[in-house]
Amino acid sequence: MDWVWRSLPMIWGLVVDHVAVSVPPIILGFILSIPLGYWASRSRVARAILLGLGSVLYTIPALVLIVVLPVALGTAILDPQNLLRALTVYAIAIMVRSSTDAFSSVSDDVRESARAIGYSGVQRFFAVELPLAGPVLLAGVRVVSVSTVSLATVGAVIGISTLGQLFTNGFQLDFQIEIVTGIVAVLIVAAVFDVIITTVGRLLMPWNRRPARTRASRRPAGVTA
Amino acid sequence: MIEFRSVTKQYADGTRAVSEFSAVIPSRKTTVFVGSSGCGKTTLLRMINRMVDPTEGVIEIDGHDIAATEPVALRRSIGYVMQNSGLLPHRRVIDNIATVLLLTRVPKAEAHARALELLDTVGLDRALANRYPGELSGGQQQRVGVARGLAANPNILLMDEPFGAVDPIVRTDLQAETIRLQRELDKTIVFVTHDIDEAFLLGDQVIILEKGATIAQQGSPEEILANPASDFVASFIGADRGKRRLTVSADVPARGDDVLLIDAGGYAAGVISAPGGKLASGSASPKSRSVSNKTSQAGDA
Ligand SMILES: Nc1ncnc2c1ncn2[C@@H]1O[C@H](COP(=O)(O)OP(=O)(O)OP(=O)(O)O)[C@@H](O)[C@H]1O
Ligand SMILES: [Mg+2]
Repeated sequence: MDWVWRSLPMIWGLVVDHVAVSVPPIILGFILSIPLGYWASRSRVARAILLGLGSVLYTIPALVLIVVLPVALGTAILDPQNLLRALTVYAIAIMVRSSTDAFSSVSDDVRESARAIGYSGVQRFFAVELPLAGPVLLAGVRVVSVSTVSLATVGAVIGISTLGQLFTNGFQLDFQIEIVTGIVAVLIVAAVFDVIITTVGRLLMPWNRRPARTRASRRPAGVTA
Repeated sequence: MIEFRSVTKQYADGTRAVSEFSAVIPSRKTTVFVGSSGCGKTTLLRMINRMVDPTEGVIEIDGHDIAATEPVALRRSIGYVMQNSGLLPHRRVIDNIATVLLLTRVPKAEAHARALELLDTVGLDRALANRYPGELSGGQQQRVGVARGLAANPNILLMDEPFGAVDPIVRTDLQAETIRLQRELDKTIVFVTHDIDEAFLLGDQVIILEKGATIAQQGSPEEILANPASDFVASFIGADRGKRRLTVSADVPARGDDVLLIDAGGYAAGVISAPGGKLASGSASPKSRSVSNKTSQAGDA
């Protein structure tokens, strides 16, 4: 425990680095998967291709992807952006499925009625389809967030500062406390991300929570009546 | 006035939903398209606001070919109410009603003030304004749908089976409300239903359709009831089953001033008041709405 207290500044530094590495792929994955998911929800062919591709990409081991990606993209092996690119690929691979489900979950009735009362195509996408896809998108981002935070640890293997360094160091020195500290720190980061994402979701989509709450609060009244 | 001139709609998959349909829909009256499922009612209705474009023929509103009007602008100028209300679940009632106004850049305060007035118009409590649609009953949602359809003060209101999914009591309420609104606001209403009783109740003009939106008969409810043009129409309006030919029951003794009426099938269809054993006679010219209304309630019971 003593070691943890003494190393706190170092650990905190790694947490900050880890967060800096994890956030961009989550956001990029989210944004890029939206047009892809929308397309896949509208077209059977696009759906088959995109979802198939997503599953395949996700099965490639992280280290392999980090090594292969620079070759495929023609960038330097030690380019620090490689980790960002690899994590973004994973994020999209997961998120495309959620995003497809999200847009498929918007009811045709609502879509048609929005058209009937005079939304143009673009207005309908941003004011109706995107917000209504929100709850399922949110669920997807939560999965992507956890997955990205844990995958980001492999950065340590290719010399990028993340909480993964506590694992690599710990293994090299056979120092278990450092390894456990790394695991706990990753879990805490993932949990904090999750709280932030769900809170933002709740603030952006108050309508999503309301019916459930009123129904729950009505039930006891109904029972006593 | 809306005029269809030999309008045909063939969908991409080859389905001929409407063929060679011609009809005139007079202004400030209610016209009802009635027919069984798949006969092309929704297609007809959606061609009026260009949600569907005809493959042949011309549709004119007040003499202007609508093909020349930009679809989004046209839709904003025409009210549309559909089954299951189609309200936006993520917008409060007040914003749902104000949608069209906000889309046409009416200032928010003004649009909300108008939305509150419309809640009154459709008989809803203003306290519901801040709820989400999911927090309303089906009947309330349908009223909000009607309020939304009226928001931009359109001359034309299109209603596609708007009361198909609510229970009979609420439906009766909403039907009465529709009649009241049409009288008060003087709108041209085009109403789609597969319920002939609803058609007779609401329609100044009723157009009975067969497959492909072929007109089986067109006229006022009285004309159609008195003179079904074909066996199809007779069967559709229930005349062949004697549902609309009522006789006084011989078996059941009168209770008070009421005498039981039975239809040709022998089922109880309603009562008629007969003070002192003599049948009451109504006003000389029957109002089709009230007549068919009673028949409908009794007939379905
Ligand atoms: N987008 C479409 N593509 C292909 N066929 C369609 C489409 N919309 C409707 N149809 C077909 O056109 C015909 C008429 O459909 P429409 O929806 O107008 O009928 P309806 O009278 O409104 O029926 P309902 O009472 O069931 O609502 C049906 O055979 C239907 O399957
Ligand atoms: Mg229909």
